[in-house]
Amino acid sequence: MGLEDLSHNFLTGNIENLVKWARRNSVWPATFGLACCAIEMMSAGAGDYDLARFGMEVFRASPRQADLMIVAGRVSQKMAPVLRQVYDQMMEPKWVISMGVCASSGGMFNNYAIVQGVDQIVPVDVYAPGCPPGPETLINAILTLHAKIQNGEITRRKGTGAGISIGEVKRKSNVGTLAKKNTPKTVKIVSK
Amino acid sequence: MTARSSSKFIKRFRSSPLDESTATGLVGETSEGTQEMKTRNETNRVELEREEGQLTVLPEGIVLDHGDMDIEISEDETMIINMGPQHPSTHGVLRLMMELKGETVLRTKPVIGYLHTGMEKTAEGLTYVQGSTNVTRMDYLAPLHNELVFSLATEKLLGVEIPPRATWIRMLMVELNRISSHLMWMATNGMDVGSTSMMIYGFRERELVLSFFEKVTGLRMNHNFIRPGGVAADLPDGWYDDVSAIIDTIPGRLDEYGEMLTGQPIFRERTEGVGILTQEQAISLSASGPVLRSTGVAWDLRKDIPYLAYDEVEFDVIIGSIGDTFDRFAVRLSEISESLRIVRQILEKMPSGPYRVQDKKITPPPRKRIDESMEALIHHFKLFTEGIHVPEGEAYVAVESPRGELGCYLVSDGSAKPYRMHIRAPSFVNLQSLPAMLKGGLLADAVATISSVDPIMGEVDR
Amino acid sequence: MLEAVIRDAQGVFFPTMDQYVDLMESLWSSDYKFCSDLCGVDYLEMPSRKLPEGVKAERFEIVVNVTSFETRSRLRVRLQVQESNPHLPTLYGLYPGTEAMEREVYDLLGMVFDGHPDLSRILLPEEWEGHPLRKDYSVGRIPVQFKASTAIR
Ligand code: SF4
Repeated sequence: MGLEDLSHNFLTGNIENLVKWARRNSVWPATFGLACCAIEMMSAGAGDYDLARFGMEVFRASPRQADLMIVAGRVSQKMAPVLRQVYDQMMEPKWVISMGVCASSGGMFNNYAIVQGVDQIVPVDVYAPGCPPGPETLINAILTLHAKIQNGEITRRKGTGAGISIGEVKRKSNVGTLAKKNTPKTVKIVSK
Repeated sequence: MTARSSSKFIKRFRSSPLDESTATGLVGETSEGTQEMKTRNETNRVELEREEGQLTVLPEGIVLDHGDMDIEISEDETMIINMGPQHPSTHGVLRLMMELKGETVLRTKPVIGYLHTGMEKTAEGLTYVQGSTNVTRMDYLAPLHNELVFSLATEKLLGVEIPPRATWIRMLMVELNRISSHLMWMATNGMDVGSTSMMIYGFRERELVLSFFEKVTGLRMNHNFIRPGGVAADLPDGWYDDVSAIIDTIPGRLDEYGEMLTGQPIFRERTEGVGILTQEQAISLSASGPVLRSTGVAWDLRKDIPYLAYDEVEFDVIIGSIGDTFDRFAVRLSEISESLRIVRQILEKMPSGPYRVQDKKITPPPRKRIDESMEALIHHFKLFTEGIHVPEGEAYVAVESPRGELGCYLVSDGSAKPYRMHIRAPSFVNLQSLPAMLKGGLLADAVATISSVDPIMGEVDR
Repeated sequence: MLEAVIRDAQGVFFPTMDQYVDLMESLWSSDYKFCSDLCGVDYLEMPSRKLPEGVKAERFEIVVNVTSFETRSRLRVRLQVQESNPHLPTLYGLYPGTEAMEREVYDLLGMVFDGHPDLSRILLPEEWEGHPLRKDYSVGRIPVQFKASTAIR
C-alpha cells in the first residue's frame, strides 16, 4: 500500500520532533511557591500576563502530575529536604526553573539559614534573575526553557550537580532514543 | 488481568531501581522531631489543651481548671494527618498537623520555619540606610508597611521629625499597599473556597495598584521606597491622575465582587459560622488586625495609637460580630473601601515641600548638588559607605499592617548598624489562633479558615 | 509595685527575676491584657548600656511589650537574664499568645522558659546546633565564588 492511497492529508516528521513539540507545549508547573517570588509567579499565571498562552496555566498541586518545578523564592535549610523530596516525586521528564536571586544564589541573604543556590539540591535548567523577577522575566525564562526542550535531547539527563542543562547533553543518533528512555537511571550521562 | 500477569506487566514496565542519589543523602528527611504533633499519650496536658484550642486564661480571668477539660479520647479512634509544607492551600510553606476523628478536627499544630531567612541576623550586619532593603522582604504583600515600621523606629531613635510631605506620601503608599494586599487576599481566599473568577479578578485589580507602585518606586514589590528620613523620591508627575484613576475604578468593582461572593449560597455556606474565634480568645492569643477586629474588638492602631497623620484623616474602624471566616472576609472587604476613603482625602491634602529630612547626616543630597559641591559629594559618600549614626537607645514602634500589629523593636549601640532588630510579625502571632478556630470543625473547612487568617509565611518565619 | 522608668514617653520596668511574674500579673490585672511582643536581646557586645540605678546588667535580656486597650498605651518590661543560668518563668499561663514568641526566643537565643508547654525549636530544623541570634554565633556568610560556567552556550 502506498501513501497515495490515503484519502486525507498528512505530514511527515520524525518522532523525536513530535515528542519534543508535544512536551514543549504542555509543560505543567508544580505549585512550589516559597516567598515573594511566588506572588510574581501567581501574577504571571493570572489574567494580565496569562501563562495559558503557553499551555502552562494548570499549576498542579501534586508533583506527580507536574513537569516543571519553578522554585520561586528563597530555600531555607529546613525546606531543602522537602524541596528535594518534591523534586524526586515528579515524573521524568522534569525541568527546574530557579526564579529569583534567592533561589539562584542566596541573593542578599548570605547567612546561616538560606541554601546558597538551589542548584546545590536539584539540577537547574534556567535561572531567572531579579528580585523579584517580574512576570515578564519569568515568561522569558519559560520561553528559554521551551526552546531548550525543543532543541535538546529527548532522553533525559540524570544528574544532581549544578547547572546541567538539556542543551549540553551530547546529541546521540535519533535511532532508538525512545527505547533508551527505559535504560536504568544509574547510567549517568555526564555533561561536559 | 490476573494477579500473575499484572506482576509480569509491572516487572516489564517498571522503571529502573532508584539510583543512589535519590535513595540516600538529602532525601526523605523531612521529619521535624519534637516540633511535630505527637500522639496523645506522648503529649503533656497543657500542650494538649493548647492544640485543642482551649485556653484557661481569658481576659476576664481564669475560666477553666486544667482538670476540668475533657481531653480523654482513645487513640484508636483518631488519626494525625499532615498538611504541607508543600500544599496548594496553605499559602506558602505552612505545615499543619491535625488530629482527626473522622472528618472532625480535634487538635491542630502549625509547624513553621520552612522559610526562615535569618533576617533579624542579617539586619545586624546592614546599616540603617540598607536596613529597609532587608525588612521589605518580610511581608511581601505589604512591603511598604515593613519599611515604614523600620523607618519609624529608626527615626524615633534619631529623634527627627520628617517633613509633612514625606508623611503624606508614606500614608498614600501604605494605604494603597493595604488595598493591594487585601485584593490579593481576596484572590487567594476566593481560590481556596473554589471561586476561580475571584482569583483572576483580584489579580487584575492588584495590577492597577502595582503599576502605580512601579511608576513611583521603580519596582513592583520589595520597593525600598520608605527609608529612614523620608522617602526615596518624590511622587512622579501625573501621580494625581493615576491615583484618581485607581480610586475611581476600584469601588465599582468591589461592589461587583462583594455581590459575586456574598450573593451566592456556596460562598456563604462555606464561610458562615466556620472557624469561629471569640473576642476573649483573640485578645488572649494576642491576635491583631482583621482577625481581632472580626471578633468585635475595635482596635486599630491607626485610630488608637495614631502614627503618621492618621489623626488628620477620617475613616472608620470596621468590626465584625461573631468572628467567623465570613466576618474576616467582610472586614477586609470593607477595609478596602475605608482605605480608598483615606486615599481620597490624602489626594486633597497632600502638602508640598521637601520629601525627606534636610539633614545632610541622614539623607543624601540631591543629585544636582553632588555635581556642584565637594561637600555634598563627601556627605553622599559618607552616608552610603558608613551610614547614619544612631544614638544609643531602644524603641518599639508598631503600625497597623494589613495583617495586624506590625512592630519593630530596635536596639542601637550608637554605631551605624542596629545592634538588634526584632520584628513583631502579625501573621506569626495570628497563626496561634488556628487551633482554636479549627477545633471541632471539618477538615474541608480548614482550608477556608487558614486562608482567612491570611498568613504570609515570609513574615511568619522571617 | 515597681516604679516604671519613662523612656521615649513609654514606661519601662526593670524587674528582677523574682519580681517578674508578680509584675506581669499586676500588669495583667490592671488592664494590660494584650501582650504585643516578647523578644530577647543578647548584650554580649554591649555590656555597658544605660540601665537605671540598681539594675545589674546581664548578658541576656527579655523584652515584653504589653498593651492596654482601655488606656491605649503600651508598657515595656525588660528582664535581665544571666548567661550562666538562662532560665526564666514562662508567661504562657497569663498571656497564652506568648507561646510562639517564647519558642522563638528559645530557638534563636537559647533561653529556657520553665513551665512552657512545648519548648521546642520553632524556626530552625530540629537537629540544628546553636542559637543563631547570639552574638557569638556567626552570620554564616559563605564567600561568594565566581566559577566559570561549564555550560556550552
Ligand atoms: S529573589 Fe527577592 S523577591 Fe524572590 S524570594 Fe528572594 S527576596 Fe523575595
